[in-house]
Amino acid sequence: MSGDGQAWEPVIGLEIHVQLKTRTKMFCGCELSFGDPPNVHTCPVCLGLPGTLPVANEGAIHFGLMIGLALECDLAPRSIFHRKNYFYPDLPKGYQISQYDEPLCRGGRLGDVRIHRVHLEEDAAKLIHVGASGRIHGADASVVDFNRGGTPLVEIVTEPDVRSAEQAREWLNLLRTTMRQLGVSDVNMDEGSLRCDANVSIRPAGSAELGTKTELKNMNSFRFVQRGIEAEVERQRGLLESGRPVVQETLHFDPVSGSLTSLRSKEEAHDYRYFPEPDLVPVAVTEAMIAAARAELPELPAARAQRYERELGLTTDSARQLAHRVELGDYFERALAAGDAQAQPLANWVGGELVARIGEADPARSRASPEAMARLVAMVAARTVSTGAARQVLEELVTAGGDPGEIVAARGLGAMGEGDELTGVVAAAIDANPEAAEKIRSGRAQAIGPIIGYVMRETKGRADGGEVTRLVRERLGV
Amino acid sequence: MSDILALTAAETVRRVGAGDIAPAEVWETYRERAAKDDLNAFTWVADAPPEEHGGGSAGMALGGVPVAVKDLFCTRGVPSQAGSKVLEDYRPPYTATAVSRLERAGAPLLGKTNQDEFAMGSSTENSAYGPVLNPWNRERVPGGSSGGSAAAVAAGLAPWAIGTDTGGSIRQPAALCGVVGLKPTYGAVSRYGMIAFASSLDQAGPFARDVTDAALLFRHMVGRDDRDSTSLGPEEEVALPEAEDLAGIRLGVPEELSGEGIEPGVLEAFNDTLRRAEGLGASVEPCRLEHAPHALSAYYLIAPAEASSNLARFDGVRYGLRANGDDGLLAMYTRTRAAGFGDEVKRRIMLGTYALSSGYYDAYYGRAQRVRTKIAEDFRSAFERFDFVVTPTSPSVAFPLGERTSDPLAMYLSDYCTVPMSLAGIPAISIPNGRSQGLPTGFQIAGPAFSENRVLAAAHALERAIGFDGAEARA
Repeated sequence: MSGDGQAWEPVIGLEIHVQLKTRTKMFCGCELSFGDPPNVHTCPVCLGLPGTLPVANEGAIHFGLMIGLALECDLAPRSIFHRKNYFYPDLPKGYQISQYDEPLCRGGRLGDVRIHRVHLEEDAAKLIHVGASGRIHGADASVVDFNRGGTPLVEIVTEPDVRSAEQAREWLNLLRTTMRQLGVSDVNMDEGSLRCDANVSIRPAGSAELGTKTELKNMNSFRFVQRGIEAEVERQRGLLESGRPVVQETLHFDPVSGSLTSLRSKEEAHDYRYFPEPDLVPVAVTEAMIAAARAELPELPAARAQRYERELGLTTDSARQLAHRVELGDYFERALAAGDAQAQPLANWVGGELVARIGEADPARSRASPEAMARLVAMVAARTVSTGAARQVLEELVTAGGDPGEIVAARGLGAMGEGDELTGVVAAAIDANPEAAEKIRSGRAQAIGPIIGYVMRETKGRADGGEVTRLVRERLGV
Repeated sequence: MSDILALTAAETVRRVGAGDIAPAEVWETYRERAAKDDLNAFTWVADAPPEEHGGGSAGMALGGVPVAVKDLFCTRGVPSQAGSKVLEDYRPPYTATAVSRLERAGAPLLGKTNQDEFAMGSSTENSAYGPVLNPWNRERVPGGSSGGSAAAVAAGLAPWAIGTDTGGSIRQPAALCGVVGLKPTYGAVSRYGMIAFASSLDQAGPFARDVTDAALLFRHMVGRDDRDSTSLGPEEEVALPEAEDLAGIRLGVPEELSGEGIEPGVLEAFNDTLRRAEGLGASVEPCRLEHAPHALSAYYLIAPAEASSNLARFDGVRYGLRANGDDGLLAMYTRTRAAGFGDEVKRRIMLGTYALSSGYYDAYYGRAQRVRTKIAEDFRSAFERFDFVVTPTSPSVAFPLGERTSDPLAMYLSDYCTVPMSLAGIPAISIPNGRSQGLPTGFQIAGPAFSENRVLAAAHALERAIGFDGAEARA
């Protein structure tokens, strides 16, 4: 089959590891740290010394339950830890304590993606390869920093509900916001407190069967996740369209070259010899523990977006845009609380003009205070400043701060009313654009552009576009 | 000095407390004897007691009477090698909970005792540091794996000792050396600091000359430990036994563990004691432990499976032996483990790895766990009718050195009567029960979980009736 014109549907499942910011490690009393000198946060337990035993961290279980509730999972009344056995120098016991067939949480949903399971485990230590390449191959030596070893992790596994690389990135953003909102993790990919693997397969559009999947390992930014998935979907499409099968394997995406390299095939896959961890007792989750976790749940992005739609009447897009970035939503709500502006125009200004100027930065740190933002939007609504002029005001608010009213006054950006000044400029604009005027008279209203442009240039944007249009049409008798 | 040797540990504690004997005198008596050990019972002997206990120990619960400790208990700064070459001269930075509790109660560390490597064995011939000799007959094994602790107490090299029991490693050597050995309920004593063999079975317990000594030492080992989630501690304080009869006590004798496969001399001694028990007022009746004959099979899947995982940490990366080379990580791992582990340990790692493998788990490990559950249920129903289940401790007396080293299955059968209680997690004690062929035999009493006080009481009453004299081995 040539496959020409065949439409393919990607089917993507995500596995996310989130480091919990408990005070201490998963199974010992060592404090969590980042960036400290190597091997200062260690003890006999997290070094895996002979004779030591793990003791489960109640705080990590509490955070796990909060995550389970936030993701609308079923919380298991009884879950157990397993040992996942394999040899590696970053794993001092020769096994990782994880959860296997009886995890803390099952089922659930976040946004439009279903959650398969959420479980607790311990992080490995950090291997540092000394030598030119910085990677294990070609290193002169490898040394181990056990500070990270034993850090509590939750692993969140989704159902294969993601249908595009872009959707994967957007959903990961929502997950990250949710975790940040819960206060359970720093969710910082650079520091490794959030890590993502993706299971990718493709199938003919409309097919219900799943194709053979591959696993993309440890991509260290959401952008790389998106690019890695895109590259893998393309690779699989190329294979299938040339009549070759996709082989089940684990792949590494190199963001520099954009290439995918095989880490191991299915045949080389580890046999982890999972068995119940005999050194730990089952985790028995009580109603009191669930109540305690529920009591600490803040409003989560998905719920916040719903509230914006339902109570403030925001559009779905606006609601999600603000709610899925906690700091943006917080800024929006402070501005709304100032009482000057209407919700939807304010949302448009915060989500559009403000974000265009501050990018990913926290708006709370910008010089444009939420109160000033609210006043500016109110002035636009009251037509005391034109949209164009308001953009100039915002520009100054973001760079220098201040009060929008004072900026307008100081820079003479106040809206021009029906006064003679605007009428004169409109007349001059019509005179300068006779062709446009003729077209408007003959019923082609969209030809008004050059005339409005003339007016805006002459008034430095102070004129209100709607008012100008009204005056032009009035003068041309249409 | 010889006066001290003739005293039980509890009597020594009493006399120290009364001011009749100085703790230093007790210490020197045993330190000197341990240092002159010619049984290879010790792998390390202390020079001096820890300073913090040197002066004030007379007023402490255990009066400064020192204790010998099985090598696999981690002891800070002191070699803790678990009988293995892979841990040669390994000195841990911390002390096991059971040992530090004893130290705090006034029983300083006398020395570390030899054992089968990682507690895998029934003769102490699997030690990387050479076999231990049985003080009753130096051509015979002391049993194992805690053979060093059993031999040391039997020979009077130590007033008392602690060991660990996974499938019989306290009770069987106690029987073969003519001393008392108690395997407590799983969870009664913290496992923190015990170099693990099989985590769901390992349990620490005392070796002593008599039941009272065992109870006294046990009293200061038990208790919930925040460092061991599986520790529970007893429901009541450990009492020193005083019972002199067995009035109204119902003894169940499982036919599966008291007939076929037991040496005639051992069986005869066992039956003699059943008659003594009746004389003390007990009733003796046969009982069924239907699944007990499958206990060894289940045990030899569960214990090696856990061991294969527990022993993964001995990889040469952080501590212990490292067989270096310049040909990569995998080669370092394999060379280290090939050089560091003995044959029996390797055999069990392979067995356990296989039993946990994908596709075999249910057929082996899973099924073994189901058998384990059945065995526990057998005991539960037996304890509805009986106060205790009693058996010979070991099917045979001490066997000649080398007799079973080339026949693992024959060696494994040494634990035929002790493994079922381990799988059920219940307490069991072995007390000396007269001699056969001039060698000690053991009588085992098992009770429900956390019934140690009642087990010790019954053992105390029987011990008086048996009247075993171990002085010959201390001569």
